[in-house]
Amino acid sequence: MILSPTTESDIVAAISDARAKRTSLAIQGGGTRKNLGRPAQAERTLSLAAMDGIVFYEPAEMVFCARAGTPVATIEKMLAERGQMLPFEPMDHRRLYGGAGAPTIGAVAACNISGPRRISHGAARDSLIGLKLVNGAGESIKTGGRVMKNVTGLDLVKLSSGAFGALGVLTEATFKALPRPETSATLIIRNLDDSRAIAALSQALGSPFEVSGAAHLPAGAGAPEARTLLRVENFKSSVDYRLGELRKLVGGDIVLADDETRALWRDIGDCAMFAAPDDRAVWRISTAPSRGPDLVRLVQKGGAVAHFFDWGGGLIWLAVDAADDAREKDVRAATAACGGHATLVRAPDELRARIDVFQPLPEPMMKLSRAIKTSFDPDGILNPGRMYAGV
Amino acid sequence: MHDAGAACFLHVAISAMGTAMSAIAFPSPDPAILARRDEIVVGLAALVPPECLITSVDERRVYETDALTAYRRLPLAVVLPRSTEETSKVMAWLHNQGVKVVPRGAGTSLSGGAIPQEDAVVIGVSKMARILDIDYADRIARVQAGVTNLGISDAVMADGFFYAPDPSSQLACTIAGNIGMNSGGAHCLKYGVTTNNVLGVKMVLMDGTVVDIGGDWLDASGYDLLGLVIGSEGQLGIVTEATVRLLRKAEGARPVLFGFETSESAAACVADIIGHGIIPVAMEFMDKLAIEICEAFAHAGYPLDAGALLIVEVEGSDDEMEAQLQKIVAIAQKHGVKTVRESQSALEAALIWKGRKSAFGATGRVADYICMDGTVPTSQLVRVLNETYRIVESYGLRVANVFHAGDGNMHPLIMYNVNDPAEQEKAEKAGEDILRLCVDVGGCLTGEHGVGIEKRDLMTHQFTAADLAQQMRVRAAFDRDWLLNPAKVFPLEGRAA
Repeated sequence: MILSPTTESDIVAAISDARAKRTSLAIQGGGTRKNLGRPAQAERTLSLAAMDGIVFYEPAEMVFCARAGTPVATIEKMLAERGQMLPFEPMDHRRLYGGAGAPTIGAVAACNISGPRRISHGAARDSLIGLKLVNGAGESIKTGGRVMKNVTGLDLVKLSSGAFGALGVLTEATFKALPRPETSATLIIRNLDDSRAIAALSQALGSPFEVSGAAHLPAGAGAPEARTLLRVENFKSSVDYRLGELRKLVGGDIVLADDETRALWRDIGDCAMFAAPDDRAVWRISTAPSRGPDLVRLVQKGGAVAHFFDWGGGLIWLAVDAADDAREKDVRAATAACGGHATLVRAPDELRARIDVFQPLPEPMMKLSRAIKTSFDPDGILNPGRMYAGV
Repeated sequence: MHDAGAACFLHVAISAMGTAMSAIAFPSPDPAILARRDEIVVGLAALVPPECLITSVDERRVYETDALTAYRRLPLAVVLPRSTEETSKVMAWLHNQGVKVVPRGAGTSLSGGAIPQEDAVVIGVSKMARILDIDYADRIARVQAGVTNLGISDAVMADGFFYAPDPSSQLACTIAGNIGMNSGGAHCLKYGVTTNNVLGVKMVLMDGTVVDIGGDWLDASGYDLLGLVIGSEGQLGIVTEATVRLLRKAEGARPVLFGFETSESAAACVADIIGHGIIPVAMEFMDKLAIEICEAFAHAGYPLDAGALLIVEVEGSDDEMEAQLQKIVAIAQKHGVKTVRESQSALEAALIWKGRKSAFGATGRVADYICMDGTVPTSQLVRVLNETYRIVESYGLRVANVFHAGDGNMHPLIMYNVNDPAEQEKAEKAGEDILRLCVDVGGCLTGEHGVGIEKRDLMTHQFTAADLAQQMRVRAAFDRDWLLNPAKVFPLEGRAA
């Protein structure tokens, strides 16, 4: 059963009804990310798709507020018309999962969806400055606001971002935008192995030249030869200057212009290298960049994997055979050894129901998480089990 | 008022405690705890060596207030643990004893965030002040929480790196306090505030449990507890270690002074710069009185004939700075800028910033003051500034305005005589009126100083009862008995357990 509220009071009513009937609700935006996380364990689906529309957009303040079901594409178009953009380049999961539907801004906020610019401009949660949500008790809660600097009270904005709808049904999200850079370019260094590539990325990220994308695609990931990629974005003369300085620092022989740069980083952010119909299981691992190559080597000891790096080496995308446990033991052991966290982003429902999709938390953290969940959703009706069993 | 002598010190203590004039209420101390003071001190002495435990009245006096010096309470005792393990032992014991705890960094809070209460033990992080690890490949530093903000940047400066958040008190304030308050600074327009620059913390919960939240990687699995803890004003736990991001310094930085006839034209210029898609690394605003006070102190060459001053800083290579400045100057000219002065040397640049960063201290030499910290949408800057003058004048007081204009974070410094309780009350009332206005125009009560005790009772103006109850339930998930810093942030009345 799918419920399609159009107002906040519809949501309050749906939650009250679910509480009374002791049923649970799966929260959904455009439905493009329903394979992200553990399979929903809910009798009903609450779709926010009809809760759409821009609440306000103040270009001079670089701030907008949209209802949760507003398509990301609508927002990106609105911002582009005023020379602005979402700073954090949200990933579009349709490449990975296939399927139709429109990704929504509410899901971007709820799941903290970011892309390659995460390293220089922060995650979605860093640009998210205000939220309205309805908690599991059916109460309308406002947190944050519409100004960037705000330390008034506990930051429930960040707590709710990345909670995958388990703490509340987001109804409105307010984000900070940024000016869209005049142009961009990518410097490519060819044929580096993983370790040398990550060292080059670290050197570039430790330079004053404001690298806004730093990825390494080993041989076979989109091209026969390994490519180490650095993106700069600014006005034309600055981009030219920075490319020149970066070449002096780390070498590199090919430069991609603005159009190609946009397409390439879209592919990296959306994980196009493992795009459907490829049905291998996909892991997304965050670690300290310098330990990225070691982490991959540790997983490789247990069998072949395809991989590439973003975030200067700190974000590892791994594609593995989806059979058995999708190499869960190898991935968890390597992550434990190197530090970081691993999420099983793509795998059959059956597998995602059976093993941990998100990084298992130590008991004191689980205890806090359960207490927080209860504080928002006393009856556990919102997206139960989407992140962790029992939360 | 920062350098108040002993006589004045004592007088304030009496006036705040002994008269009904002081507006901010403190909860009555628990007589059962006060009666057990000797026993509690003996218990603490069994857990930490003598140099980590402060019990004499004279020495406790050092910890009785912070930078909100009009209020003070003598703590029951002060513990300065040397490690996470020691912090954990002490907190677990106090938890079992049902004794309240007030965490403390360097005590530079302007909102009273570190002011103790008589039935509480202060736990300070000052003996945990080492930098543990610096890693340039991953651009991070792991530090003990008592290290100062500037201490991190100083340690990596020679290698061309820095830690971005730069509150005015950065010489003294600790990372623990920065995390507690989610501190900002002048350069957060480009680099963000504490929450955007910390990757992980080690934190001791009230019951002594030690948790590692985040790490040396980006983001984390599970709920964003790091985002929740940063800015939680010491109500969820005591942070003993942090992993922070290091950034590479720009090739060059150039602050430029723009003098305007009126505050209106300066504020309109700020909105126009941002509207043109230009984000300078900092945009600081001073009104006429602030210019006079800061210039007299720092001799930075601020234009004394200007009605308002903007310090706009750009970064990058010489050509990049030049290109950005050309655009900014053109916009400023549209708004009738009278003086444009670029710093010609590193020394001049440092002087320009010295004047701005010493604004609070310099004002303190002229008069006692309270500093408000509301944020407003930048389109509302002019309106709120004019209303601020009107409000403060209506109480017969003076106000100097110095603030982070790029992000709308205002800092009216309301001047008054701390020895005149009636005047103090007027100053506080004026501050409250200004903060209510900030909320009414779409802003918030505090942009970077925190709620503390100062703005606690205004929270109901920004949040509904349901909003606050949700925050308090989250708080209680960490500290069910409300033992940690309990007199702060939330109105004393209507608290949900």
